[in-house]
Amino acid sequence: MYRSQQLALKYLAAAVALFGVMTVAGLMSAYHYVNPDFLFGVLHFNIAKILHIDTLIIWLLMGFMGAIYWFLPEEFGRELVGIQAAEILFYVFCGAVGVVAIVFIVVQYGGGDETALWFINQGRKYVEAPRWAAIGVVVVMAVFAYNVLGTAYVTRKVTGITAVLMVDLVPLLVLYLDAFPAISNMSADLFWWWWLVHLWVEATWEVLIGCIMAWTLMQLLGTSRRIVELWLYIEVALVLGTGILGLGHHYFWIGTPNYWLTIGGLFSALEPLPLLGMVIHAVYDAGTHHMKTTNRPAFYWMMAEAFGNFLGGGVWGFMITLPQVNLYAHGTQWTVSHGHFAFWGAYACGVLSVVYLVIQKVRGLAHLEGTLWKWSFAALNVGLIGMVGALLVSGFAQAFVERAIGGSTHDAFVAGQENRWFVEGIVTRFIFGLMFAAGYVALVWDLLTIGRRAPVLATAGAAE
Amino acid sequence: MKFDDPAFWRAGAISTVVVMSIVLIMLTIDSLAVISPGGANVPLYTVINQHIDYKFDAKRGSDAPVIGGPEPLFGKSVDAASAEALIDKGKLVIQSRACMDCHTFFGNGAYYAPDLTKAWLDPAWETWQAITGAATREEAMVKFLMDPVTNRTWTRAMPNLGITQPEAEATVAYLKWMAAVDTNGFPPNFGRMRSKP
Repeated sequence: MYRSQQLALKYLAAAVALFGVMTVAGLMSAYHYVNPDFLFGVLHFNIAKILHIDTLIIWLLMGFMGAIYWFLPEEFGRELVGIQAAEILFYVFCGAVGVVAIVFIVVQYGGGDETALWFINQGRKYVEAPRWAAIGVVVVMAVFAYNVLGTAYVTRKVTGITAVLMVDLVPLLVLYLDAFPAISNMSADLFWWWWLVHLWVEATWEVLIGCIMAWTLMQLLGTSRRIVELWLYIEVALVLGTGILGLGHHYFWIGTPNYWLTIGGLFSALEPLPLLGMVIHAVYDAGTHHMKTTNRPAFYWMMAEAFGNFLGGGVWGFMITLPQVNLYAHGTQWTVSHGHFAFWGAYACGVLSVVYLVIQKVRGLAHLEGTLWKWSFAALNVGLIGMVGALLVSGFAQAFVERAIGGSTHDAFVAGQENRWFVEGIVTRFIFGLMFAAGYVALVWDLLTIGRRAPVLATAGAAE
Repeated sequence: MKFDDPAFWRAGAISTVVVMSIVLIMLTIDSLAVISPGGANVPLYTVINQHIDYKFDAKRGSDAPVIGGPEPLFGKSVDAASAEALIDKGKLVIQSRACMDCHTFFGNGAYYAPDLTKAWLDPAWETWQAITGAATREEAMVKFLMDPVTNRTWTRAMPNLGITQPEAEATVAYLKWMAAVDTNGFPPNFGRMRSKP
């Protein structure tokens, strides 16, 4: 096994651990809605929420890095350049995440000055990590980019997938630099913030997971490189062709010119197209191979990725993307419903697919199968879909009562939150959240034990 | 060149990304001019010296801010530099207290607490004026921000975040300025429903 693949195992393990932290923090946030006095004055909703969404970003990022560190040496046929720096930075990265989490939980707030933004909390959704930690993320990403680009340079070997990956690393790194400023003008602040949130998460990450899924398909189903690269190019053309100006659907109401209503509405309405393409691709490949695979957990998670991305990102996103609907749905639990479904479908399922693929290789199993993965797969997906459905009901109620009828004042907000349908949705979300958490526990147990207790048809020997 | 040739789609991907990126950059340049203070949609920070309202504009078919005559904040008109300093401070308070992880600004943020886009104009401040015994809306806002637990009106209370008087005043200035930003009619019908729905 290459050293970069050993590093991949560490990144994937850290990702799964942070997935757990995200789940616990999510449950706490959900329970705050049910019981607002929960930990009041100790750990308020916004801190739980920060822990929930920041660990979401970090565990997925670590999952992507783990997947790429796993596949890349095989792609290049050699160890990655600068792997020692990457190994050291892994521990620095984990340590920094721990320190930031402790500061969030213990210190929570600073005074209204730049010092607070440097050392405690930047207070911008998704990029709350203080600036010193954000600099750390940039350093980690820069070394990651050096590993990829440096190895490609040394080997003089560039495949279609690695070419797309290398180009994608540029915006991945550059856009994150947007995590630092504190622009006083809220309109300008949100304008650039969306460059980070939309173009990073909804564009460069989509391309990144596209590369990872291309390798996964080749290893899992033996799909030819020509086919996966063809689809990867189509995906890049459609994702970025619709997604770059699809950014405009975040520019409806932040003070930006009203031409964004048309541009954002049109291009974001087209954004489901590449996601539909992924579903067609996945179903086509699965059909070609008669659903036969040596790793059913990885295969099912990959299919969940294709369908989840289309439904959560595409269909759920389309529901609220036209300005005529968004005027009322914007900033409600309807958006939360879309956010949960999209992150889960677009990224989380893909990372879990890679984790199972890697486990099969590491444990040298010709066939990976078992029972527990089915329970965790079912509990996680049913739990997630249950949460999404419940939040959708709450979101409908909020959009009608608070936005449409009440006019979004404080009293209208309270009326929306106390509406019976809203409350039922919030309670139901928490219950399905518990199911999701149970699925996570089953997942971890399965990852630790699968292949060690499941029937093994043949042993292929240790992977490389 | 055939549709099943990866080279065709590679060329398509590159050209699409280049064209869309160029269009985005052009629109960004135009948008930044519109959203800079004093631009078409975003007022100068000195707007905090004036009366601000939000009314339905039949011509454009949506709600829009209406900037009226003098109405100094805390009874004192400020110059451009002082207004900018207040807004800078207000934004730092908003970020350092992670307001966006409970509230929304222009509908962006978390959804645990009310949207603050037009909070300056919220009729609910009349309730807080009565609770705090404040003479004006801005005084009631300051008193609330400095002690939201004592002044809670609902089970889901805002926690005490150690906001000082100067910080609270800067935050109020920020909310007043923000209410004057033209947000293409978001939120719709704000404040027209005076009683609880």
